[in-house]
Amino acid sequence: MNTKEQMIAYLTIVRKEVTRFMRIWVQTLLPSAITQTLYFVIFGKFIGSQIRDIQGISYMSFIVPGLVMMAVMNNAYTNVVSSFFGSKFQRNVEELLVSPTPNWVILAGYVTGGVLRGIVVGVIVFAVSVFFTHPVIAHGGVIILFVIMTAVAFSLGGFLNAIFAKNFDDVSIFQTFLLTPLIYLGGVFYSVHSLPIFWQKISQLNPLLYMINGFRFGFYGFSDVNILISLLILLGFSIVLSVVNLHLLRKGTGLKN
Amino acid sequence: MNAITIRNLTKIYANGTKALKNVDLAVAEGDFFALLGANGAGKTTLIGIVTSLVNKTSGKVHVFNYDLDNEEDKIKAKKTIGIVPQEFNFNIFEKVQDIILTQAGYFGIEWKKAFPQAEMLLKKLGLWEKRNSTARTLSGGMKRRLLIARALIHQPQLLILDEPTAGVDVELRHGMWEYLRELNHNGTTILLTTHYLEEVEQMCRQAAIIKNGEIIHNDKVKHLVQFLEEEIYVVTVKEMRPLDKIKHFNPTIIDDKTIEVELSKKETLNDFIMQLSATGTIVTDIHPKEHRLEKLFLTLLKQ
Repeated sequence: MNTKEQMIAYLTIVRKEVTRFMRIWVQTLLPSAITQTLYFVIFGKFIGSQIRDIQGISYMSFIVPGLVMMAVMNNAYTNVVSSFFGSKFQRNVEELLVSPTPNWVILAGYVTGGVLRGIVVGVIVFAVSVFFTHPVIAHGGVIILFVIMTAVAFSLGGFLNAIFAKNFDDVSIFQTFLLTPLIYLGGVFYSVHSLPIFWQKISQLNPLLYMINGFRFGFYGFSDVNILISLLILLGFSIVLSVVNLHLLRKGTGLKN
Repeated sequence: MNAITIRNLTKIYANGTKALKNVDLAVAEGDFFALLGANGAGKTTLIGIVTSLVNKTSGKVHVFNYDLDNEEDKIKAKKTIGIVPQEFNFNIFEKVQDIILTQAGYFGIEWKKAFPQAEMLLKKLGLWEKRNSTARTLSGGMKRRLLIARALIHQPQLLILDEPTAGVDVELRHGMWEYLRELNHNGTTILLTTHYLEEVEQMCRQAAIIKNGEIIHNDKVKHLVQFLEEEIYVVTVKEMRPLDKIKHFNPTIIDDKTIEVELSKKETLNDFIMQLSATGTIVTDIHPKEHRLEKLFLTLLKQ
C-alpha cells in the first residue's frame, strides 16, 4: 500500500468510528454530559459551597478540569474497547484483517476514533461547566496538548483491553476495577497537597494524577506535579502501549486462531 | 504462475487439534478449483491461512508468488484476494452500500472511485434496491450475495468462497453459479470450498479432496466423478404419471410423488428427466439418494 492508500484506509476507519459514535449519541455522548452535570451540581454547588478556595480559586472551578479530563479518559477508552471488541465479537474485524491495511493504520484509525469521541465529550462537559462557573484558560496550548495526549493514551489502553477481551465482562472489568478508582484518586476532586504526606507519596504513583494535573495547569497555571514529568509519563505510556498493541496485532493475539 | 502454492502446510490448534497435516496444493492462475471435504476436514482452516485469518504452524504459502511469511509480500498478496466467508461477518447495523464502500476503503480505494464498481456489483447481484437498508434487514440469500459483492469491490485476481451456497435455495444457487462462471471466464481465479459434489461438477475444472487435514486426491473434476460407478437419484414429481413409456432406465415408484432411478456412468440424468417430462410429469426436485461426496470418499479410500 502506498501512502495515499494508507491514508484512505485510515480515514475509512476514522469515518466508520465517528459515524458509529454519532449514530448512537444517546449512548455515547449524552451519559457523560449527564453524569458530569450531576457532579457539578452535587460536588460543586451543594458540597463545594461549603469548601474553601483552593489556591485562590473556588472549589467549583477547581474540579472543572478534572471532570472534563475524567470524561475524556472514560470516553476515549470506552469508545475503542467497545468498538474494537464489538468488531471482534461480530467478526467484522475480519474485513480489516483480510485487507492490506497495515497494523499501524488499524491502530491509528481506532485511536483517532477514541480521541475524537473523548474530545467531543470533553467539549460538551466543559460547555456544561460554564453554566456553573467561569473557568479561566491560562495556557490553551497545554490544555489541547494534554487532552489529546491523554485521549491517545486511553484509546491505546482501550485497544489493548479489546485485544485480550473474550467476552463483554472482560470489556468492563478493567475499567471498573482499575481505571475508575485511579481516576477518582487522581486528584479530580481534591489537591494532593491536602492529603497527609504518606498518601501524597502513594498518590504520586498514580499516573492519572499527572494527566489531570497537567490539564489543570492549562486552566489555572498551577499543578500538584511537575508538568514536564506529566508530559513524559503520558508520552511513555503512549509509546509502550503502541509497541505492545502493534506486537499483539502482528501476532494476531485475540484475533487469529 | 500459480495463484496459490502451498507446501507442507501444517496447522495445530492450541487445543491440540491437528487441522492440516503437511498439505501440498497448487491452484493455477485462472483455474476454477474446488476444495472438497466434509465438515471439519480442514477446508476453512486452509483458506483461513491463505487469507491471513489463521496463523499456520509450519509450511509455506505463496499467493501469486508473494510469500505470506514476508510482511511486505503479505500486503501485496492481500490485495489480490477477495474472500467470501462461510458465516456472515459484516456489521449488521451498517447499510449495504456502506459495508461495500468501507471494504473498498480498507483496500485503499477512494469512495468516489469505488462507487461505480459498488453500483455495478449491487445491480448484478440484485441488491441495488437495498443499498440504503441495514444489513440486518436482508434475507439470508441477500446477505450471502452481499458477502460476494464485498469480496469483489477491489476486483481481486483470486476469489475464495467458503461454502457460498450453504443454506441457499436452488434458484439462488444457480444464479450464483452463473455469476461465478462469468467471473472465472473473465480471468478471476476461483477457489471454492464445498461439500456438494454437484456444485463442483457444475463449475470447477480441478478439485482436491481433503479429509482429516490431508489431501487424499487432487485431479480434474471429470476424472474424479468417474470413480462413482453408479448413482441413485430421488426425483420428486408434482403428480405421478405412468412410467411404462420410459426406455433404458428402470425407475422405481416409491410413493405418489417420489421416484428413484439408478444411473450408470454411461447414462445421464438429463436423458431420464427428458423422458419423464415427455410423459407429462412435472419434476419439482431432484437430489442424489446418497451423499455423493461420502460415496466418493469411500470409493477413493478403497483404492
